Amino acid sequence: MIKIPGNIYTQIIACCIQGLPDEACGLLGGADNEVTIFYPARNSAKSARLYVLDPKDYLKADRDAESRGITILGVVHSHTHTEPYPSPIDIEQAPDPAWHYVIVGLGKPLPSLRSYSISAGTAVEETVQVSIGAIADIID
Amino acid sequence: MPVDIRIPSILRVHVEGKSIVEMKGNTVGEVLQDLVNTHPGMDGQIVTSDGVLHKFVNVYLNDDDIRYLQVLDTPVSEGDTITILPAVAGGACSSTVDGYRAADILPVVRAEK
Repeated sequence: MIKIPGNIYTQIIACCIQGLPDEACGLLGGADNEVTIFYPARNSAKSARLYVLDPKDYLKADRDAESRGITILGVVHSHTHTEPYPSPIDIEQAPDPAWHYVIVGLGKPLPSLRSYSISAGTAVEETVQVSIGAIADIID
Repeated sequence: MPVDIRIPSILRVHVEGKSIVEMKGNTVGEVLQDLVNTHPGMDGQIVTSDGVLHKFVNVYLNDDDIRYLQVLDTPVSEGDTITILPAVAGGACSSTVDGYRAADILPVVRAEK
């Protein structure tokens, strides 16, 4: 399971929409499967079908996470025209079995977000728990 | 000379769970070889058996990608930090894009950046 505060959930969706027509990407920072910060990153591939997370943005995020005493928990990317299910390339390229792989699907009128663990060539969907309290903070 | 190496989470199993290890050498390649000598599980993880930097790994000397310096021959100074980060890529494409395997395209995209 991955826990995402409502305000960060909103940031992720907004980033993916702003990234259109290309796929968007970013990193999740936090601890104990709970996201506390989202790091938007550039898609070096500048493609609607591929993403390559800018290594320099990864370096910046990694350092910022270290300064906050947290770690990089996973990666987010969008699928601009399809559902949020891992593609063969997503599974093949997954760098870390301990990470959470969040995919935002923009293929329907409303964005949808799903998260997976990917290990040994297999993707398993996991529960996404969005903190209502954090959403309330935004509304307030 | 001593140089800190920041280890990504996926490789920490090979360095007793540490996020930072201190190794010695005069170049990035020497420091990485010291890392392999001290932690044999790192062998082949960063540098291939042909002595080339693995294409799905990015190595930084302080703020600079060593591919844009002198790669493994890049000299290091005391107090420098080497950061190892896995390449992160994927996408909604199928296994082929315009007749090419996407897995072959991704590192090329990165190299052209």
